[in-house]
Amino acid sequence: MIELVDVSKGYEAGWAVRHVSLTIKAGELVAVLGESGSGKTTLVKMVNRLIDPDEGEIRIDGRDVRTEDAVALRRTIGYVIQQVGLLPHLTVADNVAMVPRLLSWSREDIERRVAELLELVGLPAATYGDRYPDELSGGQRQRVGVARALAARPRVLLLDEPFGALDPITRVQLHSELRRIHHELALTTIMVTHDMVEALTLADRIAVMFRGELRQLASPHELMTAPADDYVAQLVAMARQQGEQLRAAAGVES
Amino acid sequence: MTELLRGLPPLLASHLELVLLALAAAATISLPLAIVVARRPRAAFVVVTVAGVVQTVPGLALLALMVPVLAKTGWLSPFGFPPAVIALTLYAILPILRNAVTGLRGVDPAALEAARGMGMSPWQVMRIVQLPLAAPVIAAGIRTATVWTVGAATLATPVGQACLGNYIFTGLQIRNFTMLLVGVAAAAILAMTFDALLAATERALAGRSRRRALIPTAIFAALVVFVVGVLPALADQHGARARPSSVTATSRTAVTSVRIAGKTFTEQYILMEVLRARLESVGIAVDVAQSLGSTVIFDALVHADVDAYVDYSGTLWSNTMKRASGPPRWQVLAELEGWLAQAHHIHSLGPLGFENTYALAVRRDTAERLGLHTLVDLERVAPELALGGDYEFFGRAEWTAVKRTYGLRFARTTTFDPTLLYEAVARGEVDAISAFSSDGRIAANNLVVLADPGGALPPYDAMILLGPRVADDPRVACALGGLHIPVEQMREANAMVDRDQSSPAVAAAWLLARAAPIDESCKAR
Repeated sequence: MIELVDVSKGYEAGWAVRHVSLTIKAGELVAVLGESGSGKTTLVKMVNRLIDPDEGEIRIDGRDVRTEDAVALRRTIGYVIQQVGLLPHLTVADNVAMVPRLLSWSREDIERRVAELLELVGLPAATYGDRYPDELSGGQRQRVGVARALAARPRVLLLDEPFGALDPITRVQLHSELRRIHHELALTTIMVTHDMVEALTLADRIAVMFRGELRQLASPHELMTAPADDYVAQLVAMARQQGEQLRAAAGVES
Repeated sequence: MTELLRGLPPLLASHLELVLLALAAAATISLPLAIVVARRPRAAFVVVTVAGVVQTVPGLALLALMVPVLAKTGWLSPFGFPPAVIALTLYAILPILRNAVTGLRGVDPAALEAARGMGMSPWQVMRIVQLPLAAPVIAAGIRTATVWTVGAATLATPVGQACLGNYIFTGLQIRNFTMLLVGVAAAAILAMTFDALLAATERALAGRSRRRALIPTAIFAALVVFVVGVLPALADQHGARARPSSVTATSRTAVTSVRIAGKTFTEQYILMEVLRARLESVGIAVDVAQSLGSTVIFDALVHADVDAYVDYSGTLWSNTMKRASGPPRWQVLAELEGWLAQAHHIHSLGPLGFENTYALAVRRDTAERLGLHTLVDLERVAPELALGGDYEFFGRAEWTAVKRTYGLRFARTTTFDPTLLYEAVARGEVDAISAFSSDGRIAANNLVVLADPGGALPPYDAMILLGPRVADDPRVACALGGLHIPVEQMREANAMVDRDQSSPAVAAAWLLARAAPIDESCKAR
């Protein structure tokens, strides 16, 4: 369980996150939805202490993250970013093995875990383990990014626009894989996105951010049927319109 | 040529020693510094700027500057290896530092964020991500520094460090172009070899197989071992002379080896050979430090890094004692010798018998036609004549003093490069020139030096100076003491080298054949 209690973070330009409180239950997949500058990335980076809040408290399973060593904390939380950030001078296997190595796992354990994870993300170690990042496609790279984030068996997975740079087909493939992995490993997942459809199709609940504030936290159904304010209503209207256009293009009667 | 090539290994060895030590020191300073400042843009800017300012100091000046600096601190010998290594280190810092900072700061921000996000400590981010990814850029900086340092190290000669510059400086001065080219070619080949090896390392680092980087690195390491360990030993077997200890010996035991030195002009190379021949003839081993800068050489004598050389009274009087010109010749000599003995325990063997001073010279036929013997005679005809001078003459106190003393006013004055000056008067471009009184080209161009009865030009008596280590040694004093060289002979010897391309040793032998032989009793002492 992840709890954010009245969290605020300001920069010289103004508030990035303001008085946000939200609770994410264990095993839940929550999408943080917002346009750029809405504070959604700042919010997620405060969970693994890449950014520390000015006010408020963040708890994981009841423990205040500020009381933990930031470096040790991050090793227990999976983290995936849009640009992936694989280390280009290391092989796929070495990239995935990084956190277990930082944690000084035994060589056999690391080898077994790397094989397991590459299997999980559909890139068998025998074929892909010795490749370098620049020999992979964008989608394959992000699969490695996910495998790397999961290497040390984290309970919490943070994803910052993980599929933003991928082509639509790869993206949809990865959506279903993320869902599957989330369930298989019983993760508590927070995913940042600016894509309403992605949020609607993937998440158990959606947290809508606008100008640093949390406007609504609700399930996809609730969001679509009962938007809390004008901004959310506008988002919902756009999503509906897109859906209708799609149906019209496909020749389906509404 | 074979003689030159035989002399190359020891020069090459000390050149390499200098370069490799300076590079190792520069890397040891720059890389940790770059790591510290890489995350602090403002600190990085300051550090790189300071290194850049050091870099703008001309190499020769930076090297020469180290001599007084080290002399002041007193920790290290201000002569030879220490100032050369320190100056070259300062010189090599910039390219290494700048590339390292650029490389470390240029690492893909996504890789850094992922590394931090997965739980690497700042040092782990540096070690696992930044350093490996910046390695090719860092290697390129080391490569640039290496090529620069191989070149700049040739400038270590004037501060008394043997290196490939010895052939270059000496070759230029005594117009031995084969020697010059051997020195230049050796330095160039060395630079290209290092460049090729390091380029291979760089390529391997940029590629993904780190193992390939091991090959050029291993060659480089083998070279270092060869140079620092094996080459000096080989050089010793080829009869290179061991250096005398630079530590001042206070014991009264007789001196068995002497290090002599010389400045960077023809006369000095000849006189060095004269000193060498005389010392060796009484059985003293001689080691030579040639092509030293004018201030470096005196400091080296004071600190007993060299034991003997020929200097000129006026140079020491005005540059070292900081006295004004004016007193007569005998007074300058007496005060100078007293000061040298008391302040520095340096023993002067007295004037050698000739001066090398600024003087005004005219063509012999001009002198005869106008009846010119002294500068006094010049006054009435000067308004009809043109005077040529080298770059500095018309700005020097000597010229002001001559003008004032003799009331000279020339029709025009022209500045020439020193190498063209004598020819200019010989061809009648000008009627009189500023000359150096012992220059061989005075005789070669049939010129006459006008006497200076008014004493406007300070005396520049050549004199042999003995440093503290040998000042009281009877055998050294005996071997060098009896020398007398009239100015005509010195001019002729200079001309033999400048005009006839004889070697300084041949000119020295010619001088010695005309000098009084060494007292046989010297050898017995």
